[in-house]
Amino acid sequence: MYYPYLMNNDFLVFDHVTKKFGALTAVNDVSFSVTKGEFFSLLGPSGCGKTTLLRMLGGFERPDSGRIYLEGKDITDLPPNQRRIHTVFQNYALFPTMTIWDNIAFSLRLKKKPKAEIEEEVDKILEMIQMSDHAWKYPSQLSGGQKQRVAIARALVDRPQVLLLDEPLAALDLKLRQHMLLELDTIHDQVGITFMYVTHDQGEAMSLSDRIAVINRGKIEQLDVPARIYEAPQSRFVASFIGDTNFFEGEVVSIDGNYCTIQPENFPPISAYNDQNLKVGDLAQLSVRPEKIRVTINPPTPEKGAGINVFPTKVKDIVYQGVYTKYWLTSGSTQVAALKPHSRFLLDQEKITWNDDVFVWWHPDDSYMVAK
Amino acid sequence: MSDTALKPFRSKWHERFVTAPSFLWLLLFFAIPAVIVLSFTFHGHTANGGVGEWSLSTWRELVDPDYPVIVWRTIRVSLEVTFWSILLALPSAYAIAKLPKKWRAIVAGSIMLPFWTSFVVRVFAWKQMLHPNGWLQSCYMGFLYAKTWLVCWFTGSPGMPDISTVTILDSELAVVLVSVYSFLPFAIMPIYTAAEKFDFSLIEAARDLGASSFYAFRKIFIPGIKTGISSAILMVFIPAIGSYVIPQMLGGTNCVLIGNKIFMRAIQNRNIPHAAALATLMAISVLVPMLIAWWAQKKGKKQ
Ligand SMILES: Nc1ncnc2c1ncn2[C@@H]1O[C@H](COP(=O)(O)OP(=O)(O)O)[C@@H](O)[C@H]1O
Ligand SMILES: [Mg+2]
Repeated sequence: MYYPYLMNNDFLVFDHVTKKFGALTAVNDVSFSVTKGEFFSLLGPSGCGKTTLLRMLGGFERPDSGRIYLEGKDITDLPPNQRRIHTVFQNYALFPTMTIWDNIAFSLRLKKKPKAEIEEEVDKILEMIQMSDHAWKYPSQLSGGQKQRVAIARALVDRPQVLLLDEPLAALDLKLRQHMLLELDTIHDQVGITFMYVTHDQGEAMSLSDRIAVINRGKIEQLDVPARIYEAPQSRFVASFIGDTNFFEGEVVSIDGNYCTIQPENFPPISAYNDQNLKVGDLAQLSVRPEKIRVTINPPTPEKGAGINVFPTKVKDIVYQGVYTKYWLTSGSTQVAALKPHSRFLLDQEKITWNDDVFVWWHPDDSYMVAK
Repeated sequence: MSDTALKPFRSKWHERFVTAPSFLWLLLFFAIPAVIVLSFTFHGHTANGGVGEWSLSTWRELVDPDYPVIVWRTIRVSLEVTFWSILLALPSAYAIAKLPKKWRAIVAGSIMLPFWTSFVVRVFAWKQMLHPNGWLQSCYMGFLYAKTWLVCWFTGSPGMPDISTVTILDSELAVVLVSVYSFLPFAIMPIYTAAEKFDFSLIEAARDLGASSFYAFRKIFIPGIKTGISSAILMVFIPAIGSYVIPQMLGGTNCVLIGNKIFMRAIQNRNIPHAAALATLMAISVLVPMLIAWWAQKKGKKQ
């Protein structure tokens, strides 16, 4: 099995870390490593233990067992102020009694740097986040996005080894979130510091991260690059958490080279790439992304349709989503979701409406077999 | 007259109606008595304890060499009491605010528990505890001997001064100690109220950025509960300035405060105008620094 836990040239290492709150195991035997300068994301539903992982890294929680190493040094028992790790808190936690300038200068003053140097650094980062005009305001006088930028600047100004971001965009509205997403990406490129990003939003994680650890119930379900997380989910949880998907579960009824046929309940046999090397009689789980499924009134031509999955269905519901139209199709008691982009260059632009009899088809390679 | 023109008048009338009782209260029990007290100071006194003719003799009599000493002592003792009360209240309030929610109410409530017993009874209890044969006195003597010995040792002075007759009772120390005991809840409550509203994630943010716990407490927590601290200062300083029972019962002749002097003049010497002048003097000596502080703060905010 692909195991993303390497010990050599690792910058930040979680080594079998477990954290319990009473009877609840918030983080369960988690091991992974992060390389220097990486944009690393922890992605999972609310309550899965992301914040707890981050707080252990920041020094606000002690693991019950396991160790955390940073550049080869065991930092598990160090207090927060002795780690060169800074956090951008979800509520920003800007100091309300200090001006923006003083907020940003906080960590530099603690290091007793010369005054001129502090001024230079603070002014420089204020310029980078385009907040120079607001230096003498107080946090209460700023908008959400501005507070966000100040919080990032405050945490970055003395160049920590790792920057932790706990759902930093959750409190912003959609437009601002998209803008900050780009800005975060730019900042990461500029400073070259390792970012550890916590989010429950798969879109954020996908667009920003070099690698993503998908977490469920205190355990890492999959650690991979965004494309593989999406295209090659290791578990049913990952497949369903990252975007929409159609699940089919059934026994392997025949094998033909690299491909096999699966017989789900209430659905015709489906052909799939046998990724798990299953044998006849094994139980298989397939995930088929809606955008991989084509919907047409006429079946594909024989040469196009050779060897692929083609099923007759009925249109149950159509949801127009701008970029796509989403179709809900039924075959017996099974529902299939499919996405269709709009473009005049695409073929099959027939008008499809409710209760039409249509064909859905997809390539066996797109019937992705998940491990569990 | 149109309806809209009447409206502000009506709402103002309503406001006046609602606030009238408190204004009446202030007028009857604060403003008028204050004016009466002030006007007494411009009268002489009669032999049988009454208020005499209009004259400036009372103010002239006030040039007693004792008074500056007593006024200064009163202010000093009050400042000491305020300082120690705030110093003790800060960590207590911090600790209570950090408790789990259900414990907070219990602990905060138990701080108010002593108020179920009469103040005078509690001060009497202290008089017993500070008795020259009591254990607090013994502890104090031990501490005092050690301190005197160390001072002699460091300064290289030969014989130790005689300290065997020193008592806690009838001293400024006793007054400060028991005043702190009495006023501490008044310091804790406003600070705790502010601390409870304080966002403790700010402390974490400070720690995260490299601050020690103490630095975060000093630079983030204390500025964050500033309003609570200033009301605590007023809540302790003002009653301490007017303190009468504690110095009377525990200070003896060594810690006479202005409150005791006012009592003496009014009841023993039956010179009401003189007592009134002392009260006015005390009020001025408290009000003037407060006004200066308030003015300085306002000026600081503008900048
Ligand atoms: N201090 C704590 N005491 C008790 N339980 C906690 C504490 N912090 C977190 N938990 C629990 O641990 C689990 C994981 O929490 P958290 O790490 O905050 O999740 P996430 O950030 O992924 O939403 C949750 O069930 C939460 O209720
Ligand atoms: Mg969280």
